[in-house]
Amino acid sequence: MVAQEHPFWHTVTMPPAAHIAPDGSAVSAIDLKKTYTVTEREGGAMAALRSLLRREKTDVEAVAGISFHLSPGEIVGFLGPNGAGKTTTLKMLSGLLYPTGGHVSVLGHTPSRREKAFLRQITLVMGQRNQLVWDIPAADSFALNRAIYRVPEQDYRRTLDELVALLELEPLLRKPVRNLSLGERMKCEIAASLLHQPRVVFLDEPTIGLDVTMQRRIRSFLAEYNRRSGATVLLTSHYMADVEALCRRVIVIHHGRLLFDGELAGLVRKFTAHKTIVVQLEGGTADLSAYGEVVSASDGRVTLRVPTPATAGVTGRLLADHPVTDLTVEDPPIEEVIEQVFAQGAT
Amino acid sequence: MREFAAIYLQQFRTTFASFVQYRASMLIWMIWHILEPLVYLVVWSAVASSGAGSVQGFAAQDFSAYFIVLMVVNHVTYTWVFYEYEYRIRHGGLSGALLRPIHPVHADVIDNVSSKLITLPMMLLAAGILAAFFHPVLHTTAVSLAFFLPALVLAFSLRFIVEWTLALAAFWTTRVSAVNQAYYVAALFLSGQMAPLALFPPAVREAAAVLPFRWMLSFPVELVLGRLSTAEAWEGLAAQAAWLGAALLLMRAVWRAGVRRYAAVGA
Repeated sequence: MVAQEHPFWHTVTMPPAAHIAPDGSAVSAIDLKKTYTVTEREGGAMAALRSLLRREKTDVEAVAGISFHLSPGEIVGFLGPNGAGKTTTLKMLSGLLYPTGGHVSVLGHTPSRREKAFLRQITLVMGQRNQLVWDIPAADSFALNRAIYRVPEQDYRRTLDELVALLELEPLLRKPVRNLSLGERMKCEIAASLLHQPRVVFLDEPTIGLDVTMQRRIRSFLAEYNRRSGATVLLTSHYMADVEALCRRVIVIHHGRLLFDGELAGLVRKFTAHKTIVVQLEGGTADLSAYGEVVSASDGRVTLRVPTPATAGVTGRLLADHPVTDLTVEDPPIEEVIEQVFAQGAT
Repeated sequence: MREFAAIYLQQFRTTFASFVQYRASMLIWMIWHILEPLVYLVVWSAVASSGAGSVQGFAAQDFSAYFIVLMVVNHVTYTWVFYEYEYRIRHGGLSGALLRPIHPVHADVIDNVSSKLITLPMMLLAAGILAAFFHPVLHTTAVSLAFFLPALVLAFSLRFIVEWTLALAAFWTTRVSAVNQAYYVAALFLSGQMAPLALFPPAVREAAAVLPFRWMLSFPVELVLGRLSTAEAWEGLAAQAAWLGAALLLMRAVWRAGVRRYAAVGA
């Protein structure tokens, strides 16, 4: 167990009750809205001239009234296609953007006030946003963060040792940041963001552009961090593997509106009306189109798409009618489910 | 307070380490800071020598003294925050700073001070070499010298805060360099950078005394040259302190408004 190897996590105390909103949630958003005003013009020189005189202004509703609550210690996936309003929401939660409407509370603070007591307890990790000073080794940036966040020396040492061990940072610490690869830099960014042991962690695409091994490492690290520090984590990712590995609960938004908030398994149930049945037949492939939609068939292995309510019946009949050596019933891959959710949300 | 000192110390180490990486660009800045006053020095000395031997009481050696001291004072007080802010806001680097529980001005102050600490010895060396060639004459007194250090610190603080505040124009416009240009031209004349303020017509001199420019550059130079009475020195310090107070208030207001805008339109 890693728990014994890394005893420091146990020393992290949960937020005192005073720091949690009256309703008990660590993060709460109620009818949160953000509207941007953008100037638009047609392409071409005439349009450019016209725009000198009169600018066409359009309001774009990036977030159109979403509500959710995160309990302390929860790790939640925040999903949506590009432009759904995920980053805008994360920025409002971390105090970088003022909401146009609605109410936000994080650890009992109003983020947009950017109080120091609030900023010391949160972190926002964004793809390429740097915590790190480009020209110097990451270790120096870490030391600077220690000073800025006023982490006591002893805590800092212990946390740093842990982060170095879990993320395997040792060989990277002494190199100037600009000489690190994308994945190495991301690991250092994450470490720098967590040195002050934030109680709420917002992650915007923490694994973007990384190879599979690095993704997996960061994923398991985040799971450990959440489990042991009791921090509340809200994470966006385009990699469903991240979400499946880390989040029991997901919040899905599209066009700035909430589409779904609940367990990942529930999302699959709600948005997929089909299951996949894979049967292995003795004596070669047979025509099973009478049982459902045949997705593929070769070497006696047939994949069928079947409406969920019919699954049990079809399975029974398949077993009764055919020499089946193996049969599995699966939910469709999560990517497919998400695609379907977005497609439905778009209409 | 002690925690603040720890932040400053650590930020200093960080900045020092990254500045060492930019030796070449530092050298170019320094050459510019030596060449610019050197040109004025040569021109004005020539003007003084060709005429009646002096211009409005400034002989060639007085010009030498003025521009050599000015070179050092200008180097100590200059900032590059205009460039920084334009870049920061365009490329979103400010978001990271806004997430930290510390005002971003601190990092910029330390950046500036640490680079100065690295380059000042070289600047003093350059001043020494120029002095050997141009034979400056200083009328420095013990009293005026005693006033110099606080005046220099106040001049740096004032110039820094004023330029930092102006750089915040980047929150509203992507053309900060235009603001920078307008400011630079005004400062060129009114801070004594191009010529001693004593040479300007009374109207310009009065304007310079009312505006903050003289207190950002010319005043400490005038002190070293021994051109001010004790009473004038006290008045100067008071003017610097008053302007600094006003600039800090303005900075606070502009910063808040800027952040509000940044947070409204999208970071």
